[in-house]
Amino acid sequence: MHNKTLAELARELKSRKLSSEELTRAFLARIERFNPELNAFITVLQEQALAEARAADQRLAKGDAGPLTGLPIAQKDIFCTQGVKTSCGSKMLDNFISPYDATLVERLKQAGTVMLGKTNMDEFAMGSSNETSWYGPVKNPWDLTKVPGGSSGGSAAAVAARMAPAATGTDTGGSIRQPAALTGLTGIKPTYGRVSRYGMIAFASSLDQAGVITYTAEDAAMLMSAIAGFDERDSTSIDKLVPDYVAELGQSLKGLRIGLPKEFFDKGLDARVGDAVHASLEVYKKLGATVHEISLPNFWLSVPTYYVVAPAECSSNLSRFDGVRFGYRCENPVDLMDLYTRSRGEGFGAEVKRRIMTGTYVLSAGYYDAYYLKAQKTRSLIRQDFLDAFKQVDVIMGPTTPTPAFGLGEKTDDPVTMYLNDIYANGVNLAGLPGMSLPMGFVDQLPVGLQIIGNYFDEARMLAAAHQYQRETDWHTRGPAAFA
Amino acid sequence: MEWETVIGLEIHAQLATNSKIFSGASTAFGSAPNTQACLVDLGYPGVLPVLNKEAVRMAVKFGLAVNAEISERSVFARKNYFYPDLPKGYQISQYELPVVGKGNVEIELEDGSSKRIGVTRAHLEEDAGKSLHEDFQGMSGIDLNRAGTPLLEIVSEPDMRSAKEAIAYMKKIHSLVRYLEICDGNMQEGSFRCDANVSIRRKGDAKFGTRAELKNINSFHFVEKAINYEVERQIDLLEGGGKVVQETRLYDSKKNETRSMRSKEEANDYRYFPDPDLLPLEIAPEFIKEVEKTLPELPDQKRQRFVTQFGLSAYDAGVLTASRELADYYEAVVKAVGGEPKLAANWVMGELSGGLNKDNRELSASPVSAELLAGLLKRIIDNTISGKIAKEVFEAMWAGEGDADAVIERKGLKQITDSSALEQVIDKVIADNPQQLADYRAGKDKLFGFFVGQAMKATQGKANPQQLNDLLKKKLAG
Amino acid sequence: MSLSSDDVKSIARLARLSISDQDIPVYARTLSNILEFVAQLERAETDGVTPMAHPLDMSQRLRPDQVSETDQRDLYQQNAPQVEAGLYLVPKVIE
Repeated sequence: MHNKTLAELARELKSRKLSSEELTRAFLARIERFNPELNAFITVLQEQALAEARAADQRLAKGDAGPLTGLPIAQKDIFCTQGVKTSCGSKMLDNFISPYDATLVERLKQAGTVMLGKTNMDEFAMGSSNETSWYGPVKNPWDLTKVPGGSSGGSAAAVAARMAPAATGTDTGGSIRQPAALTGLTGIKPTYGRVSRYGMIAFASSLDQAGVITYTAEDAAMLMSAIAGFDERDSTSIDKLVPDYVAELGQSLKGLRIGLPKEFFDKGLDARVGDAVHASLEVYKKLGATVHEISLPNFWLSVPTYYVVAPAECSSNLSRFDGVRFGYRCENPVDLMDLYTRSRGEGFGAEVKRRIMTGTYVLSAGYYDAYYLKAQKTRSLIRQDFLDAFKQVDVIMGPTTPTPAFGLGEKTDDPVTMYLNDIYANGVNLAGLPGMSLPMGFVDQLPVGLQIIGNYFDEARMLAAAHQYQRETDWHTRGPAAFA
Repeated sequence: MEWETVIGLEIHAQLATNSKIFSGASTAFGSAPNTQACLVDLGYPGVLPVLNKEAVRMAVKFGLAVNAEISERSVFARKNYFYPDLPKGYQISQYELPVVGKGNVEIELEDGSSKRIGVTRAHLEEDAGKSLHEDFQGMSGIDLNRAGTPLLEIVSEPDMRSAKEAIAYMKKIHSLVRYLEICDGNMQEGSFRCDANVSIRRKGDAKFGTRAELKNINSFHFVEKAINYEVERQIDLLEGGGKVVQETRLYDSKKNETRSMRSKEEANDYRYFPDPDLLPLEIAPEFIKEVEKTLPELPDQKRQRFVTQFGLSAYDAGVLTASRELADYYEAVVKAVGGEPKLAANWVMGELSGGLNKDNRELSASPVSAELLAGLLKRIIDNTISGKIAKEVFEAMWAGEGDADAVIERKGLKQITDSSALEQVIDKVIADNPQQLADYRAGKDKLFGFFVGQAMKATQGKANPQQLNDLLKKKLAG
Repeated sequence: MSLSSDDVKSIARLARLSISDQDIPVYARTLSNILEFVAQLERAETDGVTPMAHPLDMSQRLRPDQVSETDQRDLYQQNAPQVEAGLYLVPKVIE
């Protein structure tokens, strides 16, 4: 049953062929078996999950169940979950029990899903390999010597190893799409403002967006229907009708104009990944789409722009972790300065400190114009490129990452090289556009992902494009043999 | 050496909203520590600010009242610094694009002239919590109830040239925010606070001197003392060959001195940047028009009206319109009396204000309401009592002994206006003082006052003075 | 842009981060690399470009002035390292 999609499991729950409790037990058993090896979960909620499953079974029996009732999922540990440790992958919050639920968590609870546990992640979502977690790195189920990607690496590994049929994630600069690509899964980052950020611990507020990692686009559509929508507690949440993403999956791709940015196919891209993209485009052509070369002339600015904007925002967002009201506090502070510097110095890991310092520097007097203001302008240019492109095409496609999963420890000493792994992802966040990654083949026996970038609020079309591709291909059905 | 003082004020007015600027927690004052600090106020991980519409409306109201431009688009920015009373490690404020732009107010000076003071800007921001320095195991305690209370920071131009002008300006703004009902103006509770930027320069110099920022001057009285102390300090420094350094200084009202704030010593690098959790605030012209309709009559307009409608002097009108409550009280008295605005003005500014001052009471806590005072004035006007007796009646009313009629009745203070009764008294006085009568009739006119006094004494002051005068003149003339 | 050890120390102080002496050269190197990398932005032609602070071209939504929160102090202070009499305790604040 663990290889079934959410959609299949939902049908079995509905028909009472399977109970939520059985399903939950099965996944909890797999977590118990495989998690020690993969380190995908920070917290496993054995009893709570079973209680939720039993409650879901009652709803199912009474016939007042929704499409997601009884389905177990894993939550990235960046989402606040009431009464449950919410660590954000950091020593800083190792002792933090959230007194409230994030809006996304609340909505999934109301939909009747069962929370299996909280997944490992790069500390405060700052990383592309899940190696910055205070709880240790997560391993890629396809090859235990490789990284699963990050920052939602725990979510990706959990789903790839079939310890959960789906998981939530967040994507500030590729943190859903990149791990989905590196573990052979479908991941979606919606348009900025589509899913509430309330209760999602902030990394970079103008870039952060929640989404999901699943086996299929259909599964992603099911979850998106539950989590998307206006939330009055988030000023940047958008009050716009949420389409029925599942119903829209069948929309025809005839005449769909796909843009292929020539800048994506440059040095740095593993040619075999490029080949996989081109092979995927052949599938789309068969489905009636047309492919057009486009240009994103300011593409080269996206990573450097991102590494000014994101650290700047994070340096301020993380100031609240000061050892006073919650979180880690150093032993015996001698004075206020000591309380602050040691609580933060000891509570945060190296990459988080590096980004806080980068951000502090680019915002500081004398450097603001050269770095932060400049990056705000280049951000404008990057967005304008996309706006221009969407005048010519309906969706943009390309690789999610330049290479398949890299080795654990391979890039930890060189932050800039690590950052470049998200070269195709960063611009999408800077512009606030929706993006997806879906499995499109293998390079060196490791999965690689096709990225689809949609226009603002065009998730339905993006999901339909992914869904119909998945009806023609079987990449998304492949799982790592060791975790069959 | 002649020095000129240059002062600019930054006034923080807590806006009188029910809930906080970015959260749904109450802004009520005086609750148990941290019981009004919700997740947003505490800066909990994951929570987000949502702007209170009423705070925006109040800021616009203020802007309109000081003839300022209201920004169609303003931006919230984060001011980053670490302090225990600042839970997020940044204050949400406005930096480059404030909601209220350039405006001005007129202040009245003691010599009767007026002066225009520029308002540079006014912006919305959140208040911080409080550090309590009582000893808790050798530590400070943090109460975040106040954190997130909406503040309007009103920044003046450096247009004031003396502590007196600074106070006049501060009082003007204080009166304005209360007229507008956007701030309760309570300085003891910190609802209305002031920092002053003070510098001195040689008279005639075009360039400003280096300024010191004085914090914590939270009464009109202290503003004057703190500024005067600081000016003396700077003059001593400069005349002694020293230099003023730009710094933040704390005013210590107990010692009446300012001292450098150690905690603010470190060069402040606030790293302002637009708050990514809050989109630009756009204010539509229709919204401004709507707010404009709710503007009450402002102090300057009211003062002008009092001069023309009631025939008051500009000074009296100014005193009576200094606060909306006093002006309302005064108008209520005039209305209830049905005229005699000058008499009403004298009583409101005289006995009433004196009584409030003496007891250190707010007008709202006055034992003599506008209706009660009007009742008293009516008895003066209809000659039931004299002005002098009225003061006695007022005192009894102040002490809670009932309304004017009751007091007059009980104490038997009714004026004697019965001519025959008065004549009897006068006859007796004349009869008892034959020598004085003879002297008077011989040309000692001054003795008239003696006879008035005797007659008043005999009537315990209840004789109608005019009537007494007339009758006495007739009788003395023989 | 190359940062010295002193630069790192002053940034760390502004950000209230204690950094051990042995780690300072590591941060100096990696931060310098990052700053050098982002310095590419200098090459972008941005005259007349409007800075973009946010991906949404929308204005701020406003909330009605209603008190919606109740006292949850005990719950919220369960995460606090040190409280007394309802107050969060910190080393003495000196003004």
